[in-house]
Order: sequence, then structure tokens, then C-alpha cells
Amino acid sequence: MKEICTSETAWCPGCGDFVILDALKDTLIKLGKKPHEVLVVGGIGQAAKTAQFINTNGFCGLHGRSLPPAAAAKIVNKSLTVIVDTGDGDSYGEGGNHFIHNIRRNVDITHFVHDNQIYGLTKGQASPTTDIGHITEVQPGGSHNLPMNPVLLAITLGAGFVARAFTGDKEQLKMIMEAAINHKGYALVDILQPCVSFNKVNTFSWYKNRVYKLEEGYEPTNKLKAMERAMEWGDKIPIGILYKEEKEDFHDKIPFLKDGKPLVTAAFDLDKIKGFMKEF
Amino acid sequence: MNYNLLIGGAAGQGMETLASILEKLLKRKGFEIFTLQDYMSRVRGGHNFFQIRFGNEKIGSHVDKLDGIIALNKETIELHIQDLNEEGFIICDEEIDYIDSRMYKLPLKKLAKTIGNPKVFGSVALGATLKMFNQDLSNVSELLKETFKEEVALQNLTAFELGFIEVPVRYHIKSNGIEEKILINGNDAIALGALAAGCKFYSAYPMTPSTTIMNYFSSKIEEAEIVVEQAEDEISAINMAIGASYAGVRSMTGTSGGGYALMAEAIGLSSMLEVPLVVAEIQRPGPTTGFPTRTEQADLKFVINSTPGETPKMVIALRDPEDCFYQTMRAFNLADKYQIPVIMLGDQYLGDCLRTVKPFDFDKVKIERYLSEEEYKGDKEYKRYLITENGVSPRITPGNIPGKTVLVDSDEHDETGHITESSSVRIAMNDKRLRKMEYLKKELLEPIYIGQEEVDTLLIGWGSLYSPIEEAVKLLNETSKTKYGALVFGDIWPLPTKLLIEKTKIAKKAINIEQNATGQLAQLIRESTGILIEDSILKYDGRPISSEEIVNKLKEEK
Repeated sequence: MKEICTSETAWCPGCGDFVILDALKDTLIKLGKKPHEVLVVGGIGQAAKTAQFINTNGFCGLHGRSLPPAAAAKIVNKSLTVIVDTGDGDSYGEGGNHFIHNIRRNVDITHFVHDNQIYGLTKGQASPTTDIGHITEVQPGGSHNLPMNPVLLAITLGAGFVARAFTGDKEQLKMIMEAAINHKGYALVDILQPCVSFNKVNTFSWYKNRVYKLEEGYEPTNKLKAMERAMEWGDKIPIGILYKEEKEDFHDKIPFLKDGKPLVTAAFDLDKIKGFMKEF
Repeated sequence: MNYNLLIGGAAGQGMETLASILEKLLKRKGFEIFTLQDYMSRVRGGHNFFQIRFGNEKIGSHVDKLDGIIALNKETIELHIQDLNEEGFIICDEEIDYIDSRMYKLPLKKLAKTIGNPKVFGSVALGATLKMFNQDLSNVSELLKETFKEEVALQNLTAFELGFIEVPVRYHIKSNGIEEKILINGNDAIALGALAAGCKFYSAYPMTPSTTIMNYFSSKIEEAEIVVEQAEDEISAINMAIGASYAGVRSMTGTSGGGYALMAEAIGLSSMLEVPLVVAEIQRPGPTTGFPTRTEQADLKFVINSTPGETPKMVIALRDPEDCFYQTMRAFNLADKYQIPVIMLGDQYLGDCLRTVKPFDFDKVKIERYLSEEEYKGDKEYKRYLITENGVSPRITPGNIPGKTVLVDSDEHDETGHITESSSVRIAMNDKRLRKMEYLKKELLEPIYIGQEEVDTLLIGWGSLYSPIEEAVKLLNETSKTKYGALVFGDIWPLPTKLLIEKTKIAKKAINIEQNATGQLAQLIRESTGILIEDSILKYDGRPISSEEIVNKLKEEK
């Protein structure tokens, strides 16, 4: 399954993106996926280039717009494994509206967010997850705006799978990735990672000193408990599967999508359409 | 011979149902029909009206002069009586406090009460209207039964009968009544054309006057097995449509000018990724919110120039419901053939107005996908952006062929779809994309020419002005020594120029007629050919221009 691995990357040495790319490749290989069975979608940003560095189908679209084409591709071809792999700016900033509404849409896609709390591609401005007071070139007095809590937001919006991971724990990341891909419906994994070039605050050791694994016996099916854990940020940050709930996905609600062949291969009956003309 | 009726009242008075019943009745009686709907951007109150023009000859547009008014309130009379012909009539309730010799004040409400359902007073008026035109009550009972539950249908039938005996016959008109017709508006014809083309995915955000396209698709979700997704915004709508198309189904989105502005970046995405896309842009007066429920043709230059960079795209202006059906099918084929966005420009006038047309010919439906699946089933290396002579690269469906993947990228990319900053690759890729336009130009459809070979004054228009211009040319040539002709563009970007150059050489004078303030087609013609059209008739009050208005404006010019 080495065929899934491909060309060189354009990331800085030490970037968390490498760990995520490796974990993704390992997970897809473990799941026995062939390159043509997988679609990796990204928008714009350093993380969004992931689709360029893996040998699967790839869709590198517009900034912030990774979720809509990914959801649509899955809707019309349910046999594809569709993974959105992109950054925090793309997912939560420019794409914030789509983030909200694709949770509601609940198409069976998996969303891996490289969350380094900074904009890398544009060289170091605040992202939606940057903490208050974080000084950047554009925020010389420190970021004023409240950071977004994507995992809490996703749980409250009704997402069926919400997890947080850290690139410093690749084995757990792979376990979470596998569970997320296997989850039926939209799955969010917010992956904490350092940006070695532009985030001098939230460094590898900053995360390393704060993250802790959700303890064995933690029940990810309790929504209120999950929200409590999702709100933990600062000195202690939990990593692991925060919340999991089985629910109907987009396809389940549309009989011909649920029971029929993938729409892309479905038969077409022109005579039926011709019959509609009688109604005018 | 044709007559023009107006039904007016406040929103919420059931006028839509009344107009729909009258249209269907006249259609079943074999008449040709054109209905103009004028509604305000509100759900209750305000003044709303339908103008139903019917007759026994082809009718492609509205006229302003009225032969009859069915007034559900006093305001309708006050607002429209100046358009009523001397020998016209008004039907209204006896309690309406207005005096005019042409009025038939009938006990509409009183009769409705005696029937036991005050809501059927409109049907009393319709019964009287049929009598005025010497039509019998055939077709009424069956239509009412299709429209209402049994008891209400019977009450309405009684209302028709009571209205029928209240008035004398005034006009004698007979329908041709032989040929089978359908009664359809432009937006429904677009949706039907898309379904016939095999469209399987429509994502949109509601925006008047484009929403009825989504409504039609939604009414056929199960039967046609089409996904209709109301997106969170127009940006998502178009990006979803592109995602679905990339994955291999025919997909489409639709909106009006403001929503199209939000889609602009993704139009470029479709061009850059070379993912086929069909977009219906149903224009309304802008800028911004403008007049949500009215008509204009002011988005032409915007749509042509709507993307950063230099991108291949095609724009088709829709002229009438037939065009809406056949051009939509063609748009899907051209989008697939050249892997470009094809934008169809409609407007509120074309989108909403119902008219009788010949049933669409489904034998003309040819679905051509231009996929290269067969060629790449073996060992042959697949490159998504292979440089070819005509610029079109082989396209396969992701997931369909083991060992073959499809990588697309909005960054400049090499033949495999990988990011590049190479100068030579950039030039090769840009040239490849633009080369497709040169091949597209070879199969553009020239504008429709109306009139005889010889022409003194050439009228030039586009899109929905086709029918008013056609009627104006006919009227002018019947009454004037000047020989009038007209060119009306359908394919408009790239602009087909052959016939334009030919006809402008012959004509002594050319006049562009457009529903915008700056003469956008004339600008486009100047830009594309150097030809300067010096005179113009421009209307931009949100109301559709009629053939009479065009004729009168041309007479004023002399």
C-alpha cells in the first residue's frame, strides 16, 4: 500500500504537518484503502496542501471552501472515502459558515484540522483559535478577539464525532483518525500542532506540557461531560475522542441515496423526465 | 386577434389561484397565452396584478393596453384605468366606490355568501369574464376538481355559473384549439431542460427571482432522483455544485445578481480546475438588493467579467422558454466538452412569465459527457491536465478506475495537477485554458435575425427582449415605409460577430434596445468588433419593455 505515498512537500522542517500527513497515510494503509478510493480535499493554507503530497484523488479548491465540495462529492459518490484535511484559518475563519452548516448537514466525511493557532501561509497573523494577547505583526497590541473553541462548538451543534489530538502523540492521532474515518457521518478532529516559523508562543513544548489523554473509562457518549472536557483549555488540555454519537447521516434521509447505487453511476431515464411535460 | 386582461388586488387575496385557473381554462380552450406577473416584494398587502394576454395567434410578450380589468379592490381600478381601452370593461364588486361607464359592478361577495363560501367571489368574476368573451363553461368543472377539494370545487363551480349569467357577451373570439401546447415559464423550462440533460445535483440559496428553479427541482427529487440542497450561502452552493461535478455527475446552481457576486470566485475555480459547471443567473434590478421582484438586464458585463484573472467561460442569454429548455441542455454539453463554466442569463420577466409554447422535443436531447474512461482503463498514464491541441484534457471520474487518481488544484499546476511556479508551465497552462475558447468560438450560435433581407433600421437586443422586439418589428413593418430588422443574441460571450458585421453593413442605422441604463450589449459590440451603435432605447425602471413601447420610442425618434 506504499502507492499512497508520493511527492516531496513544501513545509518547514519540524512542522506538525509532517506528522499529520504520515499519520494519515498510515491510517489509510491500515484501513486497506486504495488511492483511487480516497478523496482528500483542502482549501488554501499550508495544511491545505496535504492533498498535494499524498497519492489519492485530490481537490485543492478555494480558501475556506473545502467542506462544500467535499460534502457534495460524497453525496454523489458514497463509495469514495472523503477526507477534508486543512488548517484552522481555512476551517474556522474563512470557512466558518460552512463549518457550522456541514455539521448540520452530517454528510459522511472526515474533517482533520491542523490547528496551530496561527496563519502560516500568510506569515503569522492571528487565526480564529489564537489566544487573547498573542502578539503578531498585524496584532501588535496582542489579539483582542476571543478564541473560538471548535470542539465545543461542534458538540453543541450536534456533531456525531468530535475529537482533539496532538501531533506530539502520533499513535493516538492514528487511533483517532481511524475511528473518525470509520464514523458514519461528519467527524471533526482538531489536531493541535506547532508552527515552528510563525507561532513562537504555542510551541511543541507549550502543547506537550499541557495536553493529557482522556482517562480510560471516559465515556464519550455523555454530551454534558463532553462539553465540560471540551471547555478545558489553558493549563490542561484533554486529547482523545471527546464525543461520539451514532445518528442518521445525510444519505440515510434520502431513500435513493441510501438504498441506490452511488448517484454517479445511477441509471438515467429520459422518458420519465419527458413525462413531466404533461404537467404544464 | 388577442385580448389583454388584468386581474389585480392585494397580496393574500388569492389572486395567484384565480390567475392560474383562468390561464389553464384559456389554455384548455385552445388559446395562446402570455401572462405577466407583477408582484411586490412582500407577502401580504401591496398592489399585485397579473396581466393575461390571450388570443388565437402566437403571443410572445405582454402589451400595456387593457381590454378588461378584474378588480378585487378599488386600488386596482385607480392604478390601471388609464390603460383600459375605450371599449374595455371592468368587473368588480358592487360595493366598490368608483364610477366609470365601463364598469360591471356585480354582487360578487353577496353571491359568494349565498353559496356559503365568501372566498369564491373571485370565481364569480371569472364566470362573468368567460361570458364576456363568449366562452362556455366547458373545462371549468374538471379544472376546479383538480385544483380544490370536492366541496370547494363545487362551490367554485356554482360561483362560475352565477357569474356567467350576470353579464352579456361582448367579444367574439374563437381559439384555433388544434395544436397541443404547454403553458410554462422560463425558470421551469430551465429546470426541465436540466433534468432532461441528466442533471443530478442542484445546490442553491434562495434568491428572487431565481428561487422557482430550485422549487421545480425540489418537486421532482424522488421521481428524477436529483439531489437538491439548500446551501448555507451562495458560496457554498456553487462550491458544492463544483464538488459534485468533479465527482462525476452533472450539476448546476442558480441565483440572481447579488448571489452571483458571491459566486464569482468559484466561477474562476470551475475555469481553473476545468470542472464543468452550469449556472443560471436570473437577473433583477441591482445594484445590491435593488428591486427583488422586478426585471432588468444589467448583469451582462458583470457576468462576463466576473472572475479575477483571465478565465475561459461561456455566457448564454436566454430568449424564451424554448431557449431555456434547449439552451440549458446545450449548456451542459458545452460545459462538459470544454470543461468550463457556462452561465445562462435569464431575468425576472422571462423567468416568471407563463406562455404557451410547443411541447419540447425530447428527440433533440443528446447527452454528451466527453469522458475518457475507456481510454484510461488500461496501463496508460493519466494526466488530468495533459496539454492537448484544443486545450481540452482527458477527464475521468474519480474512484472509477483502479490505479488512476484525479488531482485538481486552484494553484497553477502542472499536467498532473501538482502545484508549480514554473514560468514555462504557467504559460503552457494559461494558453491551454484560453485555447479552449478559440474552439468554442467555432461552434457559437449566431443571433436570431428577424425581418427581411433588406433592412434600413437594425434593432439589436439580447435575451428576453427577443419576443417584444420580434413583435415590434412586425408592427413597424406593417405600418412604416422604413424596413426594420432585428438581431437578438442568445450566445453572447464569446460574442458571435459574423451576422452582426454583415447586417450592420447593410443597415442605414442600428439601435440597441436593452433593459439597462448604459447599453451593455452596445459596449460589448464596440469592444469585440469596433462597431459603434450610436442610438439606443434603454429602460431600467424594473418594468419590462413592451413591443408598443419600442414602437412608440422609434416613432418619437423620427
